[in-house]
Amino acid sequence: MSTAYQIVVCGSIVPDPLQTLEPIASPAGPALKNEMMLPAVLDPWAGHALYEAAALAKSQPGSKVWLVSLGPKAKLQQVMMTIAQKVPFELVALDGSASGFTDATDTAAALAEAIAAIPGLDKSKLLVFGGWESASRGAGATMQMVGERLGILDQFQGVDRLTVNVDGSLEILERIEGGKHQVSKCAGAPALLGWATGNLPEPKNNPQVGMVNMRSVMPALQKARPVKFAGDGLAFASVALPKQLRETQVVKDKLPDDIAKEIVEWIKQ
Amino acid sequence: METILVLAHTETNGSLAAPAREALHTAATLHKSLAGSKLVVGLIGDHVQAAANSIAAGPATKYFGVTGADFNQARYATDAAAAEAICKAAQATVVVAPATSRWARVLPGVAQRLGGRADTHVTGVAVADGKIFVSRWYYRQRMEGALTRIPRPWFLGIDPGSQPPCECGAGTAAVEMVPVELTEAARRTTVAGIREPKADAQTIRPDAQLLFVTGAGWTKKQADGQTHVPEAEKLILDFLKQARASLGSSKSLVDLGGEGQAVLTFLSHLNQIGQTGATPRHAKGLSTCCHGEEPHTVGWRFIGERRAISLDPNCGWARGKADVLYVADAFAVIANVNKLLAAQNQPL
Repeated sequence: MSTAYQIVVCGSIVPDPLQTLEPIASPAGPALKNEMMLPAVLDPWAGHALYEAAALAKSQPGSKVWLVSLGPKAKLQQVMMTIAQKVPFELVALDGSASGFTDATDTAAALAEAIAAIPGLDKSKLLVFGGWESASRGAGATMQMVGERLGILDQFQGVDRLTVNVDGSLEILERIEGGKHQVSKCAGAPALLGWATGNLPEPKNNPQVGMVNMRSVMPALQKARPVKFAGDGLAFASVALPKQLRETQVVKDKLPDDIAKEIVEWIKQ
Repeated sequence: METILVLAHTETNGSLAAPAREALHTAATLHKSLAGSKLVVGLIGDHVQAAANSIAAGPATKYFGVTGADFNQARYATDAAAAEAICKAAQATVVVAPATSRWARVLPGVAQRLGGRADTHVTGVAVADGKIFVSRWYYRQRMEGALTRIPRPWFLGIDPGSQPPCECGAGTAAVEMVPVELTEAARRTTVAGIREPKADAQTIRPDAQLLFVTGAGWTKKQADGQTHVPEAEKLILDFLKQARASLGSSKSLVDLGGEGQAVLTFLSHLNQIGQTGATPRHAKGLSTCCHGEEPHTVGWRFIGERRAISLDPNCGWARGKADVLYVADAFAVIANVNKLLAAQNQPL
């Protein structure tokens, strides 16, 4: 039995991981130095969620993927130029801060509102995907709050695999402690999955997919709803880079045998 | 006046795991620093009496429990219902819980349900001027922030391994059972089991003293112009076995698998540490054949003593990040280390 799913992926943008990041104090709270100048990428775990969503939609005829993304409009546009070439989706854009210092509660409220407003959304077919954590706030809290706001009680985090069974039920592998996976069986949609790495490589760019996507991406960006975060009752006392720099002792010109002895002694200490 | 609730789940054998005791220690410290505060404990599981008894000599003044077969499995709907019921019964304003995979799945949702806030991956808690401040890392462990909040209840997920465990003695605890009515909707998901590698193939050992980090260099061409992946695999697996170490991998090495290139067959994304992987906590770390810039090295942000073996003396994993850098061929060094460890591990 094939089920046509409505798959909504929540995914924002983060600074390119290879950039040097430096926190600064701004009137609105902590921020990153030159934040708007930093090149951005789609949040890695959200990216995995998007690719898994596209693969699922392909395997379940009639399914559709939406990408709900909250970030500064200009940065979103820049990232979408690349992402739109990867897999088919319809963008729902929200124009607001993608900073890691915003509150997960505020972000979740904005995302849930945007999802609920998608025309023709059928909750019995709804799968909400996202990264289990972001590479910015890294809280692993937003998706659960989105799920609660949408009334979804079947939630899974650290997901590495989703299988749709013949009877329409879902088998889900979640990461747990010690390199293990918990296997759960869920009756079906609606469900929320916070993805870890999944199993799929990043899709190659496909200009044809990009052309189709961009027909909806540009209008979505133009009508992106502005979102302002209050951050009520949240105050940062400090945000700083770790100061500890180790005095590295560089050992050259030692034979492997001698190094091995030293390492074994160190391990056994 | 704060009511601090320690929320914990029991293990399948009814005991409390180390992360729960670490959360209890954190809550007890907080309780001591906050004049007039109350400390209570909430336990969820099939049975909770034994777990409550195991910490009964601690500073908590009241114990709440939600029990039954439905609460033995790590499932969002039932765990959230149980946590919500306990928070309400305890009238908790601050909820301290271990950030285990089970609680991490649930607690932010419960905070949302109760109109509260949640901070996860908390690595430190302090009190100043009567206010609670928590420390946590941002941008994948690249900067640390300290923050405080006014809204309550405030849920704090304490990162396992970041705090000492509570040395609470045992006794007899009176547990107040909290009833939870479950609808059929809460049982749409069932936990079918746990999938894990065979014991001899398990390379992730959170309790190990040593983290062994493998970099992409193991799969690259060596001095003879050839790759030696099978040999690398044997050396690494032998080392893990002899040193009883846990295995971490740099992002690049794990990603090669997704791109269909020759890789170490036992590595999966679960081994990945760094930017989009784990940041495990171990007393010691030994990185081999790793390269890359500073952002990749967050993989061993929480490793105590660090040593590295690399042919590149300017390796980003080592300079300023490691205590000792051996500029040498890791193949030769690890082969010798394995011989020495094997000899030492031989029964007399």
